[in-house]
Amino acid sequence: MEAKELIARRVALELRDRTLVNLGIGLPTMVARYVPAGLSVAFQSENGIIGFGAPPPEGMEDPNLTDAGGGFISALPGAASFDSGTSFALIRGGHLDMTVLGGLQVDASGRLANWMVPGKLVPGMGGAMDLVIGAKRVIVAMQHAARGESKIVPNLTLPPTATRRVSLVVTELAVIEPTPEGLLLRERAPGVKVDEIIANTAAPLLIIGDVPEMPIIEIDRDAA
Amino acid sequence: MHRAISAADAAALIPDGASLMFGGFMGVGTPCRIIDALVARGARGLTVIGNDTARPGVGVGKLIDAGCVARARVSHIGTNPLTQKKMIEGEIEIELIPQGTLAERIRAGGAGLGGVLTPTGVGTVVEKGKRLIEVDGREFLLELPIRADFALIHAHEADYNCNLTYRLTATNFNPVIAFAADCVIAEPDEIVPVGVIPPDAVRTPGILVHHLVERPK
Repeated sequence: MEAKELIARRVALELRDRTLVNLGIGLPTMVARYVPAGLSVAFQSENGIIGFGAPPPEGMEDPNLTDAGGGFISALPGAASFDSGTSFALIRGGHLDMTVLGGLQVDASGRLANWMVPGKLVPGMGGAMDLVIGAKRVIVAMQHAARGESKIVPNLTLPPTATRRVSLVVTELAVIEPTPEGLLLRERAPGVKVDEIIANTAAPLLIIGDVPEMPIIEIDRDAA
Repeated sequence: MHRAISAADAAALIPDGASLMFGGFMGVGTPCRIIDALVARGARGLTVIGNDTARPGVGVGKLIDAGCVARARVSHIGTNPLTQKKMIEGEIEIELIPQGTLAERIRAGGAGLGGVLTPTGVGTVVEKGKRLIEVDGREFLLELPIRADFALIHAHEADYNCNLTYRLTATNFNPVIAFAADCVIAEPDEIVPVGVIPPDAVRTPGILVHHLVERPK
């Protein structure tokens, strides 16, 4: 399985019934494809809608109905749209149960950097700082390394998005929970050994007993 | 009652060097006819305030392309490589503001508030030069109000009293900026007779709007 799909399918298991969830652009958006059967999850897009669905058939797009990446979406029955002030009151005000964000780095204290690489890439924080501050759970969905370098580091070398400790980090190798004591290795990806994870992680990991293999949401290929 | 003016007349109201807020998120909900008219008249030295600079050729991206912008106060420029290039070359000054903070600073500017206290940005580069204020044991940043000379709004429907409605995700910053500028110009998709828009459907009361741009021909 491709790394991004594996990550998205593991993150999907963190979804809970009757919750409001915001997915970041890119990899996190893929999580919406794998919502476990029977769960009712409302997805928010920061540009001002709760309850959006898959892109409509070609030719049936509405230019006034897009996601945070500017792509066309549909509105599900029961959807609600609102202005940017309301959208961020939802995000910052503790009304958002979970956000899934991409990451450039996570450090041993659980801080996330995901909005700039000084001198190289300055896209801006967009809504990321508000999301990390305000969501009840912050899940970082990212590949374990970039250009051979671990993205899980002892101390951030990139500017932090917030000082808050994120809730969970899911990569194609492992599920890691930042705790006050350090980064706890909770799960390993199918077929991946603990030693391999340690060797590929720049930050120290806490390992308690046997580390179970990551469960991954099963998908009905016919339905998908 | 207001007579609608042309987009070119609207653009002529905006002098070089003016600050302007615009509605839009990746160009969705941006008043594109006024933007096109600003490009056509060769506006220079503008300060633009809004969510992002969209993409080259799209929404406010057209002002960036045409060299109309000296300064941008936005939350995101990652989708517009030209904005990044001009920033690096020193042609455009960029101030990056977290999106929720931007919305609240504009709201404060329009609502007569002295600023807002937000936890967003504490412990990051955003807090540089700002006051940290502790409330009930938690740290907040004091973020000051933002206003502009002009607000350029994209609306769905307007009536000739300038009452405005919006559609779906084209709403975004439009109702927020309507309060926060000295001169508010609305570009609706459609203009209907006064009385047609139900009072409960009005999202921006017409009293806030100074000029209405004609419906698309």
